Amino acid sequence: MAKLVATLASTHHPFYLKATTAPPEQQMPEAPTWKRKIEAYRETLAKAEPDVLVMIGSDHFHQIFLDNCPQFLIGKAERYDATFYNEEREFGIPKYVLEGDEAMSRFMHQSLMNQNFDFAFSNELKIDHSIICPIITVRPQNDLPVVPIYTNIFAPPLHTPKRFYEVGRAIRKAIDDFPSDKRVAAIGTGHLSLELGGPRQFMETGPDPVFDRQAIEWLKSGDIDAILENVTHESMAQSGNATHGFLNFILMLGVAGPEGADYVDNLDLFHTMEAYFTWYPKEAAA
Amino acid sequence: MSKYYVNKFLYTVDRDPELLQRYIDEPRTFVATWEQSIGPKLLGNDVEASTVHSLTHEEREALINHDYQALFEMGAHFFLNLTIFIGIYDEPYLKKSGPLSFQREFAARLQDWHGKDYPSVET
Repeated sequence: MAKLVATLASTHHPFYLKATTAPPEQQMPEAPTWKRKIEAYRETLAKAEPDVLVMIGSDHFHQIFLDNCPQFLIGKAERYDATFYNEEREFGIPKYVLEGDEAMSRFMHQSLMNQNFDFAFSNELKIDHSIICPIITVRPQNDLPVVPIYTNIFAPPLHTPKRFYEVGRAIRKAIDDFPSDKRVAAIGTGHLSLELGGPRQFMETGPDPVFDRQAIEWLKSGDIDAILENVTHESMAQSGNATHGFLNFILMLGVAGPEGADYVDNLDLFHTMEAYFTWYPKEAAA
Repeated sequence: MSKYYVNKFLYTVDRDPELLQRYIDEPRTFVATWEQSIGPKLLGNDVEASTVHSLTHEEREALINHDYQALFEMGAHFFLNLTIFIGIYDEPYLKKSGPLSFQREFAARLQDWHGKDYPSVET
């Protein structure tokens, strides 16, 4: 059976590449610290020596639209193109091609269906910055095949926080059951409090620093009960209109299991709180 | 109110540089063209069309006038409403007033909504 060797959950920030590769005199003051933190986070993946990456993200209306919007979707393709025109335009993210692991996608899709999770699938998925950002940050050599999974965090009605956690548990089982000797890392990205296209966007901090600090503590301790007691669609909306990206953190805690994280870091940027978590399965911990 | 159709306009135009340029250059003409020949097409299918949706007068005027405040208040999706106008205005604002100046003006125009429940983006 395949072996889960690391679970990573982080915010994704499309400006990271541009911010840290601009000429030094044009860089924002936080750029050197940001780069150091990312490189330290990258090491938490490298030390697990994965063979394949199961990557959880969310399409930002780049390919998936309101005429046919799945709550959960798995990519099943030999390779995946990345970065849409308007992401290149806005964020300066270049084009990528990621190798797929079609056999693992196929197995995981069937496993998820068998566990009563009705995943949509795509044989021609172009991935966006929710998955390319973590490639840029934690695997910039882009040398591993991926199984991409998309969640709907954008188009209401959204599924419940509890369902996101349960999907994470099901993804974990699908990884554990995959008949292979591959070492698998699961990497998912979302947001803490965030506002886009609203009155609280691009302030000096994220829209709800109190939620951000609490969310980090919950994830650090793996306290899924506290998350499910306190996080609702209404509470997330009060913390910022894009805070529903936190659902992907809940999903990743489902993949890891309700355990304390082995690595926790964060960075308060100008309009959002960045956060980085890694869990190692207990049997794989050093 | 057809939030779906407003979002479809923002989505189809934002992801196509040629359409975006036409929207920048001649918004009134372009919105009319979009309603006649682009909006009715099913996404991913250039042959089949739909008659289900149409823009209201208010939606049409908001799109023609690049009125992102009105679009927010009508429940256009926040992400689509932001990114298309970043695509149009970020660069000129950057040259005039520095990084993120357009995004902050966008937020300032919506300050009356601070502390209130925002219009629903559900379609």
